[in-house]
Amino acid sequence: MTYAPTLPQGGGCRTAPVLKERGQREVFCGLTGIIWLHRKMQDAFFLVVGSRTCAHLLQSAAGVMIFAEPRFATAILEEADLAGLKDAQDELDAQVERLLSRRPDIKQLFLVGSCPSEVIKLDLSKAAERLSITHGPSVRVLNFSGSGIETTFTEGEDACLASMVPVLPETDKRQLIVAGALPDVVEDQMLDLLSGLGIETVRCLPTRTVADELSVGPNTVFALTQPFLGETHAALLRRHARHLPAPFPYGEEGTTAWLAAIAQEFGIDEETFARVTDGPRARARSAVSQASEPLQGKSVFFLPDSQMEIPLARFLARECGMQPIEVGQPYIHDALHGPDLDLLPAGPQISEGQDVDKQLDRVKAARPDLTVCGLGLANPLEAEGLTTKWAIELVFTPVHFYEQAGDLAGLFSRPVRRRSILGLEAAE
Amino acid sequence: MKLSVWTYEGPPHVGAMRIATAMKGLHYVLHAPQGDTYADLLFTMIERRNHRPPVSYTTFQARDLGADTSGLFKDACSDAVARFKPEAIIVGASCTAELIQDDPGGLAETMDFGIPVIPLELPSYQRKENFGCDETFFQIVRTLAKPMERTTRITCNLIGPTALGFRHRDDIEELTGLLSDMGIDVNVCAPMNATPTDITKMGAAHFNVLMYPETAEAAARWMEANLGQPYTKVVPIGVGATRDFIAEVREITGLPCHADETRLRQPWYAASVDSTYLTGKRVFIFGDGTHVKAAARIARDEMGFEVAGMGCFNREMARDIRKTAKEYGLEALITDDYLEVEEAIEKLQPEMILGTQMERHIGKRLGIPCAVISAPVHVQDFPARYSPQMGFEGANVMFDTWVHPLVMGLEEHLLHMFRDDFEFHDDAGASHHGGQATARVEEAEAVQTITADNVIWLADAEKELRKIPFFVRGKARRNTESYASERGLNEISKDTLYEAKAHFAR
Repeated sequence: MTYAPTLPQGGGCRTAPVLKERGQREVFCGLTGIIWLHRKMQDAFFLVVGSRTCAHLLQSAAGVMIFAEPRFATAILEEADLAGLKDAQDELDAQVERLLSRRPDIKQLFLVGSCPSEVIKLDLSKAAERLSITHGPSVRVLNFSGSGIETTFTEGEDACLASMVPVLPETDKRQLIVAGALPDVVEDQMLDLLSGLGIETVRCLPTRTVADELSVGPNTVFALTQPFLGETHAALLRRHARHLPAPFPYGEEGTTAWLAAIAQEFGIDEETFARVTDGPRARARSAVSQASEPLQGKSVFFLPDSQMEIPLARFLARECGMQPIEVGQPYIHDALHGPDLDLLPAGPQISEGQDVDKQLDRVKAARPDLTVCGLGLANPLEAEGLTTKWAIELVFTPVHFYEQAGDLAGLFSRPVRRRSILGLEAAE
Repeated sequence: MKLSVWTYEGPPHVGAMRIATAMKGLHYVLHAPQGDTYADLLFTMIERRNHRPPVSYTTFQARDLGADTSGLFKDACSDAVARFKPEAIIVGASCTAELIQDDPGGLAETMDFGIPVIPLELPSYQRKENFGCDETFFQIVRTLAKPMERTTRITCNLIGPTALGFRHRDDIEELTGLLSDMGIDVNVCAPMNATPTDITKMGAAHFNVLMYPETAEAAARWMEANLGQPYTKVVPIGVGATRDFIAEVREITGLPCHADETRLRQPWYAASVDSTYLTGKRVFIFGDGTHVKAAARIARDEMGFEVAGMGCFNREMARDIRKTAKEYGLEALITDDYLEVEEAIEKLQPEMILGTQMERHIGKRLGIPCAVISAPVHVQDFPARYSPQMGFEGANVMFDTWVHPLVMGLEEHLLHMFRDDFEFHDDAGASHHGGQATARVEEAEAVQTITADNVIWLADAEKELRKIPFFVRGKARRNTESYASERGLNEISKDTLYEAKAHFAR
């Protein structure tokens, strides 16, 4: 055993009772994932088949408009499409034709289902098959659903990655696939660590371009870098790849445990593991201890949003000295979140799903030192004197692995520090 | 199906949210799937509101579709009424809920909450955000407002300001002051800050001030027909329009109506010699119909610009804007496709854009300065300072806002004269914009180029063109090319460039 994190003395949260709620959910839908995916996959275009609401969400959710012509657009359904006056499939073909003739640089096109396209049962997989024949082999056309009725916020990335797995070529090669979209610089750091350990055949899902080689098969093992990849996990298992369960690579401890699970699988000896990780571990620990200073002894409340809540609570509790009061997550998937729940010290209420009004009542009763929530709730809570961290920033900022561990702690400590340095009471 | 990259307007239920969020004591129960709650952040982040919009979403999911979505809706209604105790509720569906046809209006009406329930029919696949505002406000007024005795003093209602509106907050304050100068009180301002109870008292006003036709024209017409209240047709944006508005109010009320102009500085600022450089600047104007119409008049008559192109994104105003454009000798561009707007701007090469946040980005890409005059809004459009568009202070604010993006008077001349200075050069941009002082990059040798119409720019003409500062270079290129093509020339020499310059001199 190269490394194993110490289990909490009073037990973890894996078997803690989960509060399951059903009511108004204050979350984005899966379409939001397109905002980072279209930058990660540089030859991909995302065509949402949906309504004006979908288009409006995409330009509002990012908070900023990305005016370098974005590699996403919405084919807005109109009255005639719904009334059956026009064949929606023909209309879609025409829009794709128009799009691809204007953007010859596009090598993969994702048709993205939305709430309205799902409700009217517009078959996008049929469309993707047909369009692949028309525009292939130069353009690959796939489909997935980012609809709110099917997916919550980060599950859009999950659905996208899962849609690519069935079309991967088969291989018998012994290899590691790391699934989850990471910023390029972070991905490179990870690949350096893995190659330092002596693991050479590492492939990432998604690949940066469609031309990058990726295959899967019975001798493939895979690790996940994002805690929201439940469907991708299932799709890889269906291709007979094997999952390496581990805590997620947030913070020094999470990163080390994540690497250790891989090192163990590949039979890496303790000495090599220590040689590769000791330096960055020490750096990460010192960065976290500096950045987390304002967080020590403070309480934190997670509203369900990005699916990263459990691993982040584990990081804040174990490396930043915080006390989680409630850790809410849209969905809990034991195969993915179990290892982090094992390490999260017992105490906090674990909750799944949401009834936002009731949950806000609990926030107001507990008055946590820090509340992690979506953008729609942050300012109203700040106005009530609560300090907040908006969750979408955790998805948009490089936070994984050793070199970002300090930045991750900083994302949480900045709002706490800010409140303490502002001299005037923010009455409004 | 219509391919859309960026949209000027959201769906109509977002319009309804703008009304609900502007009001107090009103709650909106919206039948909508998970994810539609994104709209909350428009209000809490962009407008920095310190409370959640008063909207309850049913947030149904796929597994609910086979089951009882109407039950979900009824639960959401009862919960919202019990928790928020509104004076009235509006109910409706977002685009997806419209497809499952649960009839929220019918369901809510059977529930007997003892408060007014106002059902909304907002066709998501045909109409957009402004329609959603206009229709929602109209339905609220139609349900709640009743004919009643007029106030003893002459009063008016201010109608149209909503949440997420372009400077609506400050326009209310400016107009309230202006009307007060004339001896007129505001009876109710709605929807902004009004409660349903306030709406029931709207009939007491003598007339309505229609601030934004986009969001309140249907209500204004209904009140004219049913409450006997005339409404103002002039939107007081700009000096001339504000004076016309005062005259219109004088006519409606019979009061002498004089307004205090002591704080109005715009006319003198525009007349002072420093502003000479503004003369004839070619501007392209795009936004919502109301602000575009006002901006065109200000641009031509109060700033001395030349209006080179104009248009609006809301089709409801198309007829009006086409008519206005004709008065300026122009063809209006009516579109909600920002790529078309970009194309028009690229072709016209104006010296300045008066537009929305979309045009600001287009301008950034094309190197054309832009001032923002209209929604769709951005966090920058909610400044901390008092910054109205209406009335005399609005005119002052607009003078400053429009001049700011430009390279100013003397600096413009210096750039002409010392173009080769290593620090003080074109690419460094206007000196008051805080861009980094960039060192001048030596340009590659000018070579001959060919235009889309197969006109050849000879190398010496290209070189000469580069000596013209960036903020007029596009215009010079365009003028020269049109001069050449009018004369059937297929080559542009240095002489052609100066002949064109002489031809277009003014």
